[in-house]
Amino acid sequence: MFDWIQHFADWLIYSIVGIQEGTQLGNAFNFFVYDTIKILFLLLLITFLMGIVNAYFPIDRIRNFLSRNKLYGGEYLMASTFGALTPFCSCSSVPLFIGFVKGGIPLGVTFAFLVTSPLVNEVAVAIFLGMFGLKTTVIYVVSGILLGVVSGFILGKMNLEPLLTEWVRTIQANAERERETFELENLTFFQRLPGIWNEAFGIVKSVFPYVIIGIAIGAAMHGYVPEGFFEKYIGKDTWYAVPLAVILGVPMYANAAGIIPVIQVFVAKGIPIGTSLAFMMAVVGLSIPEATLLKKVMTGKLIAIFFGVVASCIILSGYVFNAIL
Amino acid sequence: MKNIKVLGTGCAKCKQMENTVRAVVASMGIEATVEKVEDIEKIMEYNVMITPVLVIDEKVTIKGRVPTEQEVKALLS
Repeated sequence: MFDWIQHFADWLIYSIVGIQEGTQLGNAFNFFVYDTIKILFLLLLITFLMGIVNAYFPIDRIRNFLSRNKLYGGEYLMASTFGALTPFCSCSSVPLFIGFVKGGIPLGVTFAFLVTSPLVNEVAVAIFLGMFGLKTTVIYVVSGILLGVVSGFILGKMNLEPLLTEWVRTIQANAERERETFELENLTFFQRLPGIWNEAFGIVKSVFPYVIIGIAIGAAMHGYVPEGFFEKYIGKDTWYAVPLAVILGVPMYANAAGIIPVIQVFVAKGIPIGTSLAFMMAVVGLSIPEATLLKKVMTGKLIAIFFGVVASCIILSGYVFNAIL
Repeated sequence: MKNIKVLGTGCAKCKQMENTVRAVVASMGIEATVEKVEDIEKIMEYNVMITPVLVIDEKVTIKGRVPTEQEVKALLS
């Protein structure tokens, strides 16, 4: 599917720019051109498709559905899946949280949504697809959703309501099931398309600088770091590698767009995929800025418990990946 | 005199919406106040779950996406 891009990159670097094929410099530049075009293409495609999906699953509808229906445990899976489908903007996490609480949705289910929402998003999926291929992307998405379900379920069992901040508890006490009916914007599919396209284009434009930086670092490493370089230090048998990766990853706040191309090189040069995925999930899913935003609705203790549970689940999934992949 | 509010905690989309709205108001030459609401407790009074939100005369019109200039124009006239 991407052969034409490889041909283009070969032609551009070896024939036009005139760097010799097989040299480290040539490899690095070729890799950079190829990846940049491929990722740009996938980003536009996936964000556009997700935009269409989102036009038909507005968040209000999702909330009302979860609030109205008793699903006997299935609500965790639904909330987590919806979290993956909705576009994520870190500044929306607090309004979403309150909206769910207002709708009388249990705290655990809300957490399931909150975990998956940043973890599985259209930008990460597009870049993942470009850098790791379909199989690893599917594994990432499915495990991200399961991670949301499991951590949401555990958090739901811990009776954490008293640890919400006071104004949130007031809202929760007055929560009603099924609030106002949702008005759908009255537009046909074709009337919506330009708006969806503009939005997709806007998203791609805003993340693209990070993609370029990520790919540039990746390309440089790709050309100069020898194969199997990291394997000597962090192999599958290094038991502490996964927790260490997660602990390093949580305080880091890299855009998914920038971090994935770098991680891909780590994997190519010998760091086990499970360790890399765990690192990536910790970076994307949990961050200090997110914790700061959540301070509005949760006490510090609750944020610590939330991060602790999710981080533990990520560590666990890292070990599982290393064992099965 | 229209009262326009842009609700949002300060992400990129929220700033885009504010800029679009201010540009439209200026180009149409209508009398309006444009206010950016960043306090989350105030935002939640409008019962929205996704930002940015465009509120015109206390009525929620567009939420969760950046509108085009034409859209804003249509809503203001």
